[in-house]
Amino acid sequence: MHVIPLNTDNSPSVILEMIFRLKIKNVMTKDVKTAERNSSMRHIQEIMKQERITGVPIVEGSRLMGIVSMEDLLSAMEQGKIEESARHNMTRNVIVLEEDMPLSFAINYMDKYHYGRFPVLNIHKKLVGIITSRDIVNHLLLEMNTEMTRLEELIPKTKAENDGPVKMNFMCHRFDFENAGRASTEIKKALKKRQIDRKIIRRIAVASYELEINQVVHSKGGRMKFDLNSDSVKITAADNGPGIENVEKALTEGFSTANDWIRSLGFGAGMGLPNVMRVSDEFNIESIAGEGTVVSCLIYTHPEKEKGEKE
Amino acid sequence: MKVKDLSDKLGYECLVSESNNEEISEGYCSDLLSDVMGNAPEDSVLITIQAHKNTVAVASLAGIKAILICNNRPAPEGMLSSATDEEISVFRTKDNQFTASWKVHAHLA
Repeated sequence: MHVIPLNTDNSPSVILEMIFRLKIKNVMTKDVKTAERNSSMRHIQEIMKQERITGVPIVEGSRLMGIVSMEDLLSAMEQGKIEESARHNMTRNVIVLEEDMPLSFAINYMDKYHYGRFPVLNIHKKLVGIITSRDIVNHLLLEMNTEMTRLEELIPKTKAENDGPVKMNFMCHRFDFENAGRASTEIKKALKKRQIDRKIIRRIAVASYELEINQVVHSKGGRMKFDLNSDSVKITAADNGPGIENVEKALTEGFSTANDWIRSLGFGAGMGLPNVMRVSDEFNIESIAGEGTVVSCLIYTHPEKEKGEKE
Repeated sequence: MKVKDLSDKLGYECLVSESNNEEISEGYCSDLLSDVMGNAPEDSVLITIQAHKNTVAVASLAGIKAILICNNRPAPEGMLSSATDEEISVFRTKDNQFTASWKVHAHLA
């Protein structure tokens, strides 16, 4: 009747954590209504009626001597002992719990002993509370509410991150090799969260990194813009000049205007823009000499929507 | 082979050990970062003389697990700290890229 239908072995881990994290002292009723051994059974009945409880621990000081339950009271009534003291009518061998035990113990005890309540003792064997199935159910529901709220807050956020359109912006500065690659690293992280195929992430990272390095190496600085949509990523690299004299040449593999210093760092091999073109599904470049360059490329993030064979 | 085999089996000096327990199945030898970016296989060790922060950025973006610096080139602190952040191990040897490449190749499955 007082069994709590909660499996303490293989429930979901959230529930298990809850019943192991919660201590009996967090759940029990601390304001215990007690009586003494020479209190009459009638007096105890009054307490139960007034307090709407079904069991009263019998104490001497704060030491637990026994308990009078509804059943004890009924049998006293049946035997005409209602005016007698609790001393001979109480249950003596009381099963108790300790306040520092996890809640799972109380649930197991309810199951095992079929009592509706257990007095709770502290480490010094002093009565400090009482725990009923009602206390347990109330606290579990409260705790589950808190936990569910927490879990619910997690779900919509990750969902939005997974599918929703996201825009990201990064500034690039001339010869700022210190921060070169930051935009690409960030974008790669964001794409990983969206669980996009590794190979496609790599193509996007290649395009992004080359465009970023181009701005650092060749431009007066610029901006990298990323539009993450449900089925594609668009990268727009717009710089503040100086513009490309001959766009066709710039797109030729091996052609580079980089100086020796830049080449010594491993850049300027004339592979940047050709690499971007190779990994992109759509590619566009516009440059006005003396003004600036805008390169945009689009990569589909879902293979079935890919146009053409790349890589 | 495991990343840590670069020092365990080949005796190369380990400067960052962040990815030492990862498996590498290929190697790539290049000093042109665009070439690395475009062509290096994933889960590989990059054998190079480019010892700076951008090598780490490229390795991370290309899915490279370890960097082996050749000719005992000095590795700046900034490179090592960003390798730690990106969880990429860094090793160094006095071997040149050619020698290092065939030594590593002998240990790849």
